[in-house]
Amino acid sequence: MIRVELPAHLRTLAQVSREINLDVEGPVTQRSVLDALEARYPMLRGTIRDHVTQQRRPFLRFFACEEDLSHESPDAPLPDSVASGAEPLLIIGAIAGG
Amino acid sequence: MSKLRVLVGTRKGAFVLESDGKREQWKVSGPYFAGWEIYHMKGSPADPNRLYASQSSGWFGQVIQRSSDGGKTWETPGGEPQPGPGGMPAGQSNKFVYDTSAETGKPLTTHQFYDGTQHPWEFKRVWHLEPSLTDPDTVYAGVEDAALFRSTDGGTSWHEFPGLRGHGTGPRWQPGAGGMCLHTIILDPGDPKRIFIAISAAGAFRTDDGGQTWKPINRGLISPYIPEPTAEVGHCVHHIAMNPSRPSVLFMQKHWDVMRSDDAGDSWHEVSGNLPTDFGFAIDVHAHEPETIYVAPIKSDGEHYPPEGKLRVYRSRTGGNEWEPLTKGLPQSNCYVNVLRDAMAVDSLDSCGVYFGTTGGQVYASADAGDNRAPIVRDLPAVLSVEVQTLP
Repeated sequence: MIRVELPAHLRTLAQVSREINLDVEGPVTQRSVLDALEARYPMLRGTIRDHVTQQRRPFLRFFACEEDLSHESPDAPLPDSVASGAEPLLIIGAIAGG
Repeated sequence: MSKLRVLVGTRKGAFVLESDGKREQWKVSGPYFAGWEIYHMKGSPADPNRLYASQSSGWFGQVIQRSSDGGKTWETPGGEPQPGPGGMPAGQSNKFVYDTSAETGKPLTTHQFYDGTQHPWEFKRVWHLEPSLTDPDTVYAGVEDAALFRSTDGGTSWHEFPGLRGHGTGPRWQPGAGGMCLHTIILDPGDPKRIFIAISAAGAFRTDDGGQTWKPINRGLISPYIPEPTAEVGHCVHHIAMNPSRPSVLFMQKHWDVMRSDDAGDSWHEVSGNLPTDFGFAIDVHAHEPETIYVAPIKSDGEHYPPEGKLRVYRSRTGGNEWEPLTKGLPQSNCYVNVLRDAMAVDSLDSCGVYFGTTGGQVYASADAGDNRAPIVRDLPAVLSVEVQTLP
């Protein structure tokens, strides 16, 4: 079970609470977690990564275990504690006012 | 008795304002989509309970919302939560991808950027949603960077009309201060193949074949602040309005100048007349008197607020040139708000109601064609758009 935390606006959009639990088959990577997230909550497609390029939107960052994973390869394995469900993958919006 | 529903898009959410035909007591619902920018909301003429909303954010991009009960509940078309992996639905209601396919599209063309260099088209947001006059599931979207999309499945999927972006003049289109946006879509009620659109800063265009091919309709526009003031394209058209009973007569609020066309945009002439300033964004036409038009003059392109700090709507009953200020119920001192291009609308009751919203968060209503006004609400987030539905 993978735990994912969404920023407030995306929680509202997906109508979910702060933390989502996902089943991910195969290697646990940014790509596989986001694939599972978007499959379960299709309204999130395009809001975290671009529809076509699959690039992370520029005002979003990925953190876990107090590490910034934003610039890691989307196919790199996530930390073991994320894969085991001990720690959540945090999707965080940039603090940019508004 | 008829009912009114006013759809208000703001910088931080959407609001629905409802009243009976007297237009005196209003029920305010919202905010919907709190915290998100709602550039535009509009209802289907074919099914007034079908509403569409453009929800966007600099962080999270574009989302399309749809209501089938007049705004009480909303959904992202095709985006319902799924019980688990597999059975993946389309989920493409927020997917706006320029059509570059060899079969149906055009190459990803370029436009002029602020610095004069060529820049590829990049989708940013939906500025305007225009539901079909006859089919609740068909809706057009005007987007930034400028292009026209259409959905025929209730907003679930979107497809570009590439003939507009690929018209050939694209390299001379450029963004205005708000971006290079397609902000105006007018469907001709007498000719389903004719559509008018306007782009900042490219100008107005018309299709007569349902969107396959387009032609610029900017003859008569004069813009001294561009290198070639009478160019075929490059004009910063702010908004266009039409009375459905007379679809060949168009009124335009340009960056500067209020213009009129009597030949479906083939030629334009200025009707600014005695306006205190002919800069502005919003323009609309009385529902029953096609020669009665409304504008909200703004001081200048550098000072986006009413002249002299007095919020005045100007009305012409002569199709332009002769204008009268309408001030009753509007602040006449120390008022420095703006009225944006999609933030004015009329209802179709008799007498015609006129509505507009401001960047200060007020939404004003007049139940007597503009003679008197009162605020429905005073303290919303900055108002981006106002649309009105006249319901049976």
